[in-house]
Amino acid sequence: MKRLLILGSGTAGTIIVNKLHRRLPEDWEIHVVEPSREHLYQPGLLFLPFGRIDPRNLHRETEAFLPKGVTRWTGTVQRVVPDGDKVELEDGTVIEYDQLVIATGTTPRPDQTPGMTGPGWRETIHDFYTYEGALALWEALRNFEGGRLVVHVSEMPIKCPVAPLEFAFLADDHFRELGIRDDVDVVYVTPLSGAFTKPVASRRLGDMLSRRRIELETDFYVERIEDGALWSYDEREVPFDLLVTVPVNMGAKFVGESGLGDELDFVKVDQGTFLAEGYENIFAIGDAAALPTSKAGSVAHFAADVFVENFLEHIAGLPMTRRFDGHANCFVEAGGGKALLIDFNYDTEPLPGKYPLASIGPLSLLKETRANHLGKLAFEKIYWNVLLPGRPMPVASEMSMAGKIPADQIGDEL
Amino acid sequence: MSDVLVAGTQITLDDEGFLTDPSEWSPDVASELAANIGLELSDEHWAAINFARTDFEENGETPTLRRMAQAGGVSTKEMFRLFPKKPAKKMAYVAGLPKPVGCV
Repeated sequence: MKRLLILGSGTAGTIIVNKLHRRLPEDWEIHVVEPSREHLYQPGLLFLPFGRIDPRNLHRETEAFLPKGVTRWTGTVQRVVPDGDKVELEDGTVIEYDQLVIATGTTPRPDQTPGMTGPGWRETIHDFYTYEGALALWEALRNFEGGRLVVHVSEMPIKCPVAPLEFAFLADDHFRELGIRDDVDVVYVTPLSGAFTKPVASRRLGDMLSRRRIELETDFYVERIEDGALWSYDEREVPFDLLVTVPVNMGAKFVGESGLGDELDFVKVDQGTFLAEGYENIFAIGDAAALPTSKAGSVAHFAADVFVENFLEHIAGLPMTRRFDGHANCFVEAGGGKALLIDFNYDTEPLPGKYPLASIGPLSLLKETRANHLGKLAFEKIYWNVLLPGRPMPVASEMSMAGKIPADQIGDEL
Repeated sequence: MSDVLVAGTQITLDDEGFLTDPSEWSPDVASELAANIGLELSDEHWAAINFARTDFEENGETPTLRRMAQAGGVSTKEMFRLFPKKPAKKMAYVAGLPKPVGCV
């Protein structure tokens, strides 16, 4: 038997296990290494601090999403030995492979910023990208009566790059509902030069911040957290009563230690095929890969479609004929029961228009609508029942310009 | 996109003023671009610029601040001192490299 070894069964790993399980030739077996017995619905973490989702519904058993016949190893990877075609786990187990897929994602690393995990951690300093963090923030927001709420991004790239903006919008909505909006200053602090990376979306999202009286502090690179304030490398100070930060995001430690990573331990891969630089039998997919697109579940899903077809060709000794275009789409929760949708790839920035069908939609791009909000809520069921099991989604994996308004034809309304 | 004469050479700049072709760059061009944004280039600037250009040639990407610190030996604090306010962008501009991609 030949062995495909997949490291990680988060969103990307689970999707490709399920897709490949049905399609691999009979002389191939699949092994999966995953430390966690529970799979977390990460998009739900945004709503948890506002009490808008039941925390009991966020986890399901990892095992339930792995098909029969797949060998499951519970453990943490120590290192990959690329020249020996084997992986060592922390407990000393050695697993050999013919083909390896790294899908170990990205992890928030509050330890990377001096002062972040100091005395105020989980009291006045919070994150919401972990279950424990989101729960602690729920508690903190319940006790928050007013003052300066600072929403902060430490360094790009981060997982789900729109989430901190969504958090700011929802916080505005939340304080309005409580009738204390006038008692709160909401500040959005980012290392970027605007609200978002690409010009059209940045303008639109920047407008949304200012309409909500959310102050925007740009080009801010945090050096340390000290005395209840963020301090930048150029000695700017942003004081807070409550800080909601997105810590530096890094890939799994073993990636760097195995010589496969960049400065942040993301795997250096070919942008079109995900083949790790310098190897013919190591791939990285999802957030674990160093790609110039969003670290997001939608990217993992679109990438998986391309990867699966390529992989089958690759193990048959054929050239891989497909190339990933960097397609991503994300709902952006705006508060007030509305959301935006953005759709983009490596080359095309998020643009206004309709999705998935030109002029019909039903979803509108870069525009706050009720339909987009309902789409975001409906996604939870789609995630568990369609996406993770690797069933076909009714949207194309390749980005399309149909329905989009090109950047140079956008009028003043934006 | 526009063609301009900088330090006696014809070069092409994109809408934000970045060089579109790193091979059109020269140290004289760098000094003039630096003057445009109020910088006078010191040896420390040159060390950063030279590392960034070599790194770009090898990897095809403008180095991030993190890479400048880890691989180039220029700490982020230094980068802010050398290229105030927007170090990654200003360094790329002076070094004739593409604007760093803020990963989305």
